[in-house]
Amino acid sequence: MSRRAFWLTGLLLTLLVAGVVSYHASASPDGLEWAAGESGFADTAQDSAAAGSPLADYGVAGVDDARVSGGLAGVVGVAATLVLAGGLTLVLRRRTPPSARD
Amino acid sequence: MCNKVARGTAPAAPAGRSLEVRVHVPDGFLDAPTSLATGALAAGAVTLALRGARRELDDRAAPLAGLTAAFVFAVQMVNFPVGAGTSGHLVGGALTAVLVGPWTAVLCMTVVLLVQAVLFADGGLTALGTNVTLLGLVAVGVGYGVFRLLVWLLPRTRTGLLAAAGAGAFLSVPAAALAFVGLFAVGGVADVSLTAVLAAMGGVHVLIGIGEALISVAVLGAVLSVRPDLVRGAAHLLRPADLATRPGLRAGETVR
Repeated sequence: MSRRAFWLTGLLLTLLVAGVVSYHASASPDGLEWAAGESGFADTAQDSAAAGSPLADYGVAGVDDARVSGGLAGVVGVAATLVLAGGLTLVLRRRTPPSARD
Repeated sequence: MCNKVARGTAPAAPAGRSLEVRVHVPDGFLDAPTSLATGALAAGAVTLALRGARRELDDRAAPLAGLTAAFVFAVQMVNFPVGAGTSGHLVGGALTAVLVGPWTAVLCMTVVLLVQAVLFADGGLTALGTNVTLLGLVAVGVGYGVFRLLVWLLPRTRTGLLAAAGAGAFLSVPAAALAFVGLFAVGGVADVSLTAVLAAMGGVHVLIGIGEALISVAVLGAVLSVRPDLVRGAAHLLRPADLATRPGLRAGETVR
């Protein structure tokens, strides 16, 4: 498998997980939330200053269908993470001289 | 580590299912001095990571690091049940460190947490330093440290490598949970029994760690089976002679 094919396959799987599989995630409280409830400090949580974001809580504001809303939010999140992390690592990388490229 | 916020005052009908995937430390759990301290620690570590990652990143590794961060973001959305009405999700710190290197992993985790906090209101903004400390530094550091130790101890085979990564991934989750309890002991706002917090956090995160190990080993095994040369933590398994069989690569040519 070429590196390009590997990268594209990985991206496709990533989009599938964020856009489709995420809808089927467990809705149970997760470890920290559960532990916070068990030991009695859950109510000290405050709303994030970003709570008004149109993507808050992994949904797109104004999209009613939960499957579509969550899926779109996941795809936007993948794109944002890819651009930021990919951009950062591309800037930081050591450039290989053209003669040594595979 | 991981948590969405139970809101006692939430309206009776939540807007939708999407509400159910919030996963990190929210604002309010820890006091301001503790949040400032973890913020400073995270900022210092990220500065170091920006330098360290240069050694790990080249033309081959950089695009994979971006993809790995996006993959971690995606998989973190998928909470899996761990029994007793509780769920967990992949942290991905250990997996990322094995795939792309520990310094790059710190940067990848930080970007994921930043995107989650700013765009998705998952994890508080004042708690960003705490989340980077727990999931970026502790999970990556413990996960990668255990991995390297076991790589050194175990047979230098694919199975040994997967076992080392699985153990690192497993331990990284309770380690991050314990680190949270430590922060809570210092700067927790609520006046509750620390023993109760420790017992609840420790128990459930051991279970979540099992899921972390299973997912990490599955992903690593898949990458190893198609392109082992792209796994930074597997470099010790690869000799030029093994790689020479791959078309387009000449014997003795370096792959990294």
